[in-house]
Amino acid sequence: MNTTIKDHSQAASQFLEDKQRARWHDETLWFVRSKRDKAAHGVEEWEQLREMASGIKEHTLSKLDHYLLQFEAAAKANGVQVHWAEDADEHNRIVHAILEKHGAKNVVKSKSMLTEECGLNPYLHNKGINVVDTDLGEYIVQLRNEAPSHIVLPAIHLKKEDVSATFHQHIGTEKGNNDEVYLTRAARRVLREKFITADAAITGVNFAVAETGGIIICTNEGNADLGAHANKVHIACMGFEKIIPQTEHLGVFLRLLARSATGQPITTYSSHFLRPQKGQEMHVVLVNNGRTRQLGRPEFRSALKCIRCAACFNTCPVYRRSGGHSYHNSVAGPIGSVLAPNFDMKKNADLPFASTLCGSCTNVCPVKINLHEQLWHWRQKIVAAGYGGRAKTASMQVMRLVLSNPVLFRVSGAAGRSVMRLVPWAVNNRLNPWYRQRDMPIAPKQSFRQWYQQNRKHEQQG
Amino acid sequence: MSSRDKIVAEIRKNAPETAPLPEIISTCRYADPVEQFITVLQSIGGTIHRVEREEEARLFLADQAFADRIVVNNVPALGDVTINAYVDANPAAIERVHTVILRGRVGVAENAAVWVPESAMANRLLPFLCQHLVLVLSEKEMVDTLHEAYAAIGAGEEGYGVFIAGPSKTADIEQSLVLGAHGPLSLQVLLVKEGLL
Repeated sequence: MNTTIKDHSQAASQFLEDKQRARWHDETLWFVRSKRDKAAHGVEEWEQLREMASGIKEHTLSKLDHYLLQFEAAAKANGVQVHWAEDADEHNRIVHAILEKHGAKNVVKSKSMLTEECGLNPYLHNKGINVVDTDLGEYIVQLRNEAPSHIVLPAIHLKKEDVSATFHQHIGTEKGNNDEVYLTRAARRVLREKFITADAAITGVNFAVAETGGIIICTNEGNADLGAHANKVHIACMGFEKIIPQTEHLGVFLRLLARSATGQPITTYSSHFLRPQKGQEMHVVLVNNGRTRQLGRPEFRSALKCIRCAACFNTCPVYRRSGGHSYHNSVAGPIGSVLAPNFDMKKNADLPFASTLCGSCTNVCPVKINLHEQLWHWRQKIVAAGYGGRAKTASMQVMRLVLSNPVLFRVSGAAGRSVMRLVPWAVNNRLNPWYRQRDMPIAPKQSFRQWYQQNRKHEQQG
Repeated sequence: MSSRDKIVAEIRKNAPETAPLPEIISTCRYADPVEQFITVLQSIGGTIHRVEREEEARLFLADQAFADRIVVNNVPALGDVTINAYVDANPAAIERVHTVILRGRVGVAENAAVWVPESAMANRLLPFLCQHLVLVLSEKEMVDTLHEAYAAIGAGEEGYGVFIAGPSKTADIEQSLVLGAHGPLSLQVLLVKEGLL
């Protein structure tokens, strides 16, 4: 795994070096976005659904204490053990303690971005516990010792040949057989064996219902169910913002989730876990890890409404052309760029700038998070905190001087126009980042101010 | 202070003003919910088998069980119920099951999902670890949307329940759709005319 962190624009440049692959990535994700549009347009009341989903989440965020305690009481009454973790480390310790109590050495895990956020896999690995990621995409990236590059399509940065080579090396598939059915069936055989021979299962949570104490997990592959049902211990880990008030609210969120994510009308499995099965122990770990801080930041609070569909990734022109790994955060894309600075503003100072602020993310978000506005708000905070980068700080200081002084503004404008007309090579070179992908415009002879004065005079004369 | 108390206290300190809980309103209705269900089911890789007469239901089961296939049935209208042997079966035994036939409770026209509660599956692993799954549904159990489905199934009498829509699938290898990921390779819905189940 690449351990040195490049900033987003450096990592994106590297991603774009393989032009063919970068184009494939861009077009494939746009295709997923188009499928989302088709699915959304197939539901006449789509906009009302978004409005309701947003409203339910706003309400829940305003009464989180009430709903989390209600959930805890209901879950306990159902025979489920509930744990609270203040941060990633406590989450990892709780999960490890449960596994240790049962002497579990082999664990199957279904997709959980929370456990990625908390670094659970390396933590357990260091304690001698073997964790197998069972979502096919996650299994592929795990074998390659990489991180998922997308929260719904973890291996979207890879091609069939990559998967074939990885499987050949690790699970003995035929060299050079790139057939997706062959490769999927090979993984199916290996993973089915893992499900039924493991000691415990870890899953994520899509929704937790306060009223019933139940958790809902959505998958297409059936991996969460296979793991949870085949094992004596089931640990479900969730950020506390996954809570919703009542069962009936699931109707709203499940109608939106898969349509927004992949354009499917619903995921193959929407599994509702209320009580452990006979002879099984079931745990739910509620995790904070910075979420209360986010709740206390009014401009960024609504990012906690997120249901992790990744529609904002697929539509984002920057994500599509830079790949998930360039975001150096467990959640990439626009929502990741909004969430990451809440954890560490300095380390993630580049991410809110990895956007054109075009607003497409906001337009597709099923729970109506004002993503592009939040990216803009972070930019203000990051620059004010001094994390804007030296070049940006220096150029902003020059701009402030020029823009606050009318004479200097006129003189520098005239100088700029003359340079671009008379010695274009002074700006048309690789030192100017704008020129790398674009031509510079032809500069007009006069400024707008000069033009306006001339024409206004003309008007007055006429 | 425990993490629980700390988190709850932080939430109280940082929570915004109480926002109202919106009422759920849906006006989505299909002229022919059964047709809608079938169209969507086929588009997501499932197959449909319609049964109009009693003897067809019995023939269906007989057709499944040939050669050395293990077929597990939990629907009396189709024939002998054989699921009881699998209530406490170990996973390896379930993995050898070719086809499992279960009774669905509610069919959802908008997305072809079928609700299968724990009481209908005897063992939670059966519908996931078998190779092929058949869900049996009466035409009269069809609703338009998920909102109506939740109204019909209620909040929590069963310890576990699942909406199943189509066979397990993945597109994780270069976005190429493959039916049959880790769960069943195929999903067939047996849609039975009113009064036969």
